[in-house]
Amino acid sequence: MSSKAESKFVYVTYIRTTAERLWSALTSTEFGQKYWLGARPEADWKKGGAWRLAFPDGRIADSGEIVDFEPAKRLAIRWRNEWLPEAKEEGWSLCTMEIEPAAGENVKLTVTHAIERENSRLIGAVSGGWPQILSNLKSLLETGTAILPPKY
Amino acid sequence: MDDDDAVFRALAEASRRRLLDLLQARNGRTLVELCRGLGMTRQAVAKHAAILGEANLVTFLRLGREKLHFINPAPINAIAERWIGKFDRARIGALSELKRNLEGEEHV
Repeated sequence: MSSKAESKFVYVTYIRTTAERLWSALTSTEFGQKYWLGARPEADWKKGGAWRLAFPDGRIADSGEIVDFEPAKRLAIRWRNEWLPEAKEEGWSLCTMEIEPAAGENVKLTVTHAIERENSRLIGAVSGGWPQILSNLKSLLETGTAILPPKY
Repeated sequence: MDDDDAVFRALAEASRRRLLDLLQARNGRTLVELCRGLGMTRQAVAKHAAILGEANLVTFLRLGREKLHFINPAPINAIAERWIGKFDRARIGALSELKRNLEGEEHV
């Protein structure tokens, strides 16, 4: 356990693609809604830009701000839940997506999501979704088709 | 690397599955905490953690001098998608929920 109170997960997946293609998949609303299980990531895709995740009916699931935007390397979002009251009251978390070269024709994608409190409801809620979203993203980039149908 | 053989080999050992259980219960543990939880030596736990790391089932983050261990469900999820994803996921979810309720485990 780290010395400060924190909830965090670190998910890693290897994808057979290029850093540039993965970056455009992570920073495109059109492409994003193909693997976000039906939700739609909307943003002003630049550092300091507003970011949000919208359900198909228009409700906002999460919102925040892009705090780091290094093309083909690193995207970080200051992130707050908007629709689960007990997660929203926890305030701001930080979600970081890092792209690194890997063996063969693969790139390594590391998604870290953390908030400074123990037993966070927000981290609990998003930690189940990320593996599915990453699976979808991987199969979309490698085969052109997402495995999981929209959930929302 | 996402390699099914490495994942199954890593999972084919009770201590390594318990190590994952410990991380599932609380993520981001140090080697010392894992030694305590597993009742094993530092060397033994480090070896198990390395095998889980090679299979991408555990990822590591450095925090000062400490190395923190995080469970990485992406490879297990990929295996689940391969055989379960094509079937009715919701129905399978309902079945495991029924099992949890009947067996009296805390509902998540």
